[in-house]
Amino acid sequence: MASWIPLWLHKLGSPPTFYRFAGALQPWAMALALLLGAIGLYGGLVLAPADYQQADAYRIIFIHVPSAWMSMFIYAVMGVASFVALVWRIKLAEVVAMESAPIGAAFTFITLVTGSLWGKPMWGTWWTWDARLTSELVLLFLFLGVIGLYHAFEDRRQGARAAAFLAIIGIINVPIVHFSVNWWNTLHQGSTVNVFGQSKISADMLWPLLTMTLATKFYYLASLFSRARTDLLALEGGKDWVRKIAEDEASR
Amino acid sequence: MNALQQFLAMGGYAAYVWPAYALFFAVLLADTLAPRLRRRRVLAELRARLARQSARQERKPLSTPASP
Repeated sequence: MASWIPLWLHKLGSPPTFYRFAGALQPWAMALALLLGAIGLYGGLVLAPADYQQADAYRIIFIHVPSAWMSMFIYAVMGVASFVALVWRIKLAEVVAMESAPIGAAFTFITLVTGSLWGKPMWGTWWTWDARLTSELVLLFLFLGVIGLYHAFEDRRQGARAAAFLAIIGIINVPIVHFSVNWWNTLHQGSTVNVFGQSKISADMLWPLLTMTLATKFYYLASLFSRARTDLLALEGGKDWVRKIAEDEASR
Repeated sequence: MNALQQFLAMGGYAAYVWPAYALFFAVLLADTLAPRLRRRRVLAELRARLARQSARQERKPLSTPASP
């Protein structure tokens, strides 16, 4: 591989090194996720005032919007990891891509159901086939398609390559989800949080929302580490380092 | 109505807000537990395979016929 890639990155790509690295960081990521989640939810459910139009129903935003952002973020990570896996055939990239899919599917599912629970009292309907909702549903099907294709092959690495290809094609849907509220007339409200300009939301509501966003990022990291570690054990079952772990855990 | 009851009532939207939060935590809890259970299963299967292998290796000298 190219010589401009630092040595430590090569080392991190080796399964036993990554296994130890992820194992050391995983508890910290989970602790941060729980801490930030607790702070964010206290701010969102208790401290933030009720909305002038939507009263207390708007409080679903503190899980709905971070989950929606995560669904797109995880898809993007999966797409990039899939690209790396296909081009450079790095085993760890395959693992990251394939183990991101269930987490992404979980967040997409949460987004759809919490959105539905929010839509019923505000729009008067659980579901409508408009651009934002439909493209988010397509995102869920893409995640499920990647998971399904991956498991459809007898050979796991062959399955990962096929699924990685699907993940890359599906990445076209991510900007569609993001811009759907601008491109089409939709029941779904536009963006309230603006990274580059003034957000259309009170600071009392914004900080819990951003804290929850950080919490879900750390949660993803923790879940991915835990899943990747398990997957590496399954993938490298015949190797000495995995045998040693199996024997160590039996004697405990 | 005391403060806690008022909080739980969510201004009349309790039937929408709390199920949303319950689902959020239920799904993420399942997502956290899944790899832990899988890890246990993977390691148990690996140990079983190693045990079978070493058993086969120990049995081999006995199973060969003693005399021609």
